[in-house]
Amino acid sequence: MDDINVVIAGAAGEGVQTIGDLMTNAVAGQGYSVFSWKEYESRIVGGSNSYSIRIGDGLKNAPLAEADILLALNNKATDKYKGIVKKTGIIISVRKEGDRSIPIPFSSIAKKRFGEEIYANTIAIGALVSALGMDAGSIKEIIRKTFSKKGSDIVSANESAFEEGFSLAGKECVDMCPWKLLRKESGYYVISGNEAIALGAARGNCRFMTAYPMTPSTGIITYLSSVQNQLGIFIEQAEDEISAVNMAIGASYAGIRSMTATSGGGFALMVEGISLAGMTETPLVIVLAQRPGPATGLPTRTAQGDLLFAVHAGHGEFPKMIFAPADPKDAFHKMVRAFNLAEEYQTVAIVISDQFLADSRFSVEDFEVEKTEPYFQKTDTSGVKNYRRYRLTDSGISPRLYPGISEHLVCADSDEHDEYGHITEDLVKTAPDMVKKRIAKLEGLKKSILLPEEIALKDAEVVFTGWGSTRGAILEALGLLKMDGIKAGLIHFTELWPLPEYNFPKDKTYWSIEGNILGQLARLLKGEYDIHFKGHISRHDGLPITADYIRREFYEKNR
Amino acid sequence: MKKTDEFDNRVEIQWCPGCPNYGILNALKGALAELGKSPHEICLVSGIGQAAKLPHYLKCNFFNGLHGRAIPVATGINIANPDLTTIVVTGDGDCYGEGGNHFIHAIRRNPDLTVFVHNNEIYALTKGQASPTTPLGEKRRLKMSGVEIPPINMPAFAIMQDCSFVARGFAGDLKHLQDIMVRSIRHRGMSYVDIIQPCITWGTHPVSWYKERVRRIGDDHNPEDKNSALDIALTKDGFIHTGVLYEVPSGNIFASRFRKEVTSRPLTGLEIQSPEKIHELLLKFKPV
Repeated sequence: MDDINVVIAGAAGEGVQTIGDLMTNAVAGQGYSVFSWKEYESRIVGGSNSYSIRIGDGLKNAPLAEADILLALNNKATDKYKGIVKKTGIIISVRKEGDRSIPIPFSSIAKKRFGEEIYANTIAIGALVSALGMDAGSIKEIIRKTFSKKGSDIVSANESAFEEGFSLAGKECVDMCPWKLLRKESGYYVISGNEAIALGAARGNCRFMTAYPMTPSTGIITYLSSVQNQLGIFIEQAEDEISAVNMAIGASYAGIRSMTATSGGGFALMVEGISLAGMTETPLVIVLAQRPGPATGLPTRTAQGDLLFAVHAGHGEFPKMIFAPADPKDAFHKMVRAFNLAEEYQTVAIVISDQFLADSRFSVEDFEVEKTEPYFQKTDTSGVKNYRRYRLTDSGISPRLYPGISEHLVCADSDEHDEYGHITEDLVKTAPDMVKKRIAKLEGLKKSILLPEEIALKDAEVVFTGWGSTRGAILEALGLLKMDGIKAGLIHFTELWPLPEYNFPKDKTYWSIEGNILGQLARLLKGEYDIHFKGHISRHDGLPITADYIRREFYEKNR
Repeated sequence: MKKTDEFDNRVEIQWCPGCPNYGILNALKGALAELGKSPHEICLVSGIGQAAKLPHYLKCNFFNGLHGRAIPVATGINIANPDLTTIVVTGDGDCYGEGGNHFIHAIRRNPDLTVFVHNNEIYALTKGQASPTTPLGEKRRLKMSGVEIPPINMPAFAIMQDCSFVARGFAGDLKHLQDIMVRSIRHRGMSYVDIIQPCITWGTHPVSWYKERVRRIGDDHNPEDKNSALDIALTKDGFIHTGVLYEVPSGNIFASRFRKEVTSRPLTGLEIQSPEKIHELLLKFKPV
């Protein structure tokens, strides 16, 4: 089947999210792969928000620009979004909108028939289920479950509202709606990036998370706090991001894997803590969920604008690592790797996501939970004499003990220090040796970082470079360009600091694709690998990169 | 009883000769010995400033972190391993200035920590600027015509916010200070001692000036009486009143409910997370 893209639009508080979540689960429950993403304004009520659900047979975790079905909950939403509906698509809206529309005045019917406007959403769901050619019975079951706690009167009113919407749309649908979503045997996990990051942290044996709420990172701590008792993970809302990062460092120093999460502005406040973890050689995992900046920027939108900031975060010179997962499954495994490597190299691991990855719900066939295992650096204390926390070693990695676990004293210092952890002013030997010791860890770290993923590279003439959550859209763009007769490939980074030893093929034309205006990864690659870019496809309007967008920009800039 | 020399460290001390900080260091060693602690059972946490150097001069575990950030680091340590005796050693600039927000919220959180604030009413390490506790009108670098904004009264604030142990000590009355330290470390929940520590290099007055003005709080004061504690903390009679101002049984100690009901042991002692639990939670993301 061709993918179906359903867009639900309305004001904040009108039910866009409720309908979207319910429909996502309902369609996924029928065995289809779904990908859903939201774009919303920074407000709780009013404005206009949309929730897109892409429905397909296979895994296509990327947004589409055009809609097959637009469900608009009010006239303003109809006006704003009708332009994205395909010629073959339909509009379900309050008023009649051209030939291919199904007018259903949701609220007034709800009020007239059921006495309350609140039933408008269920009427809309009924209409959508009808337009998609789904089996009404199984959706009614979901509705029953959803409202079961509210009593039988509410359940039966919602069932009637659903039937009302279903039959109203059914009459109009006859010639307009070719879709038929019959139940299939397959089944997918449907999960957001934030939830997958949280579970990946748990798999990585994280025992403490602290954060200050900041969109779009908040979903991580929200989810973890809902399962903290099951998992035995202590959760604390900090008074600010400075406290969050320092609490996580303290807990890590004392012997438990700890993390924090934030977005650009909060990350800025955490930067001194990153430097502290680098100097005290304390493992630390930070999730940086990007949104457009500078300053407050567009709080609820997406961007890839903080890569260079993260790479350079922290005063002084010390090793750190940066991961940028492509999707929830990747994020799950990257979190385990982040915890493992942060512990192994006793420094900071930053996991970069963005609003698009954080909030969108992706289909995952199998998480392969066991594939990445947590591993630990255990130091046997029995043979240790004259313990030195910062003992000079060839690898730069010193034996790490936890305070209070043995007689050995664990002394950590943010000042330049000697092997025991005491302040030093010895500029002849101790200070330069310690600088070298910390930087020596880079060698091992570079080998631990995974190489970029290569897609269709061999035959490609044009090669895109990308990183993080744009992978799905770029893969889809490769397909579109192939149909146009263009041989395009991709080198995609999901682990990108320190940059690994890697050979870029010489005979290709390189283009970068990034959610920022400067081409931040491209700048790093130019510096590290001396490659030349013919052009940069950048998106910096707060919306996610789509395959259509890439193709359009490619042709425009290639003229 | 343990001997104080068990806590001696052969590290060169960087304080000015004659600094009252030496006395505070000795009082702390005395208190730890009196409590029967061993060096590995103790974790001192500090930020930046003259007081923050103290952990280097006492044999123990320590984390000497960033300016103002000792309390969050110590809170994290306490979450991970509450069996450690975790003590914050900080100063008026570190704790009331740069780290003021953390201090305020630590009182609300009530972790099982002890906070010693060496209050010298000045930024000594940066050569004599005004601190949040510099009295009105006193001359400091950058304010040579006299400080124009009033000092903060943190003990009074802490009592108002129901910090369950609030005391004031004096670096020139070490026996009394050691007694206060012992009581504060024994106290469960957050305990806080503001220690008057005259700065002999940059300060306005010599130690003798303070000695004339320090008054031990009498035995007639009931430290469980909040109003009376607050009265003493707010008194402006020209004297510095030392002793335990406020001490009540601590309520809910930070993270203790979670330890009791969920993990039943310190987080440092937990087994590795089982993948079965992850599978179980992932299944909830599979719509049927």
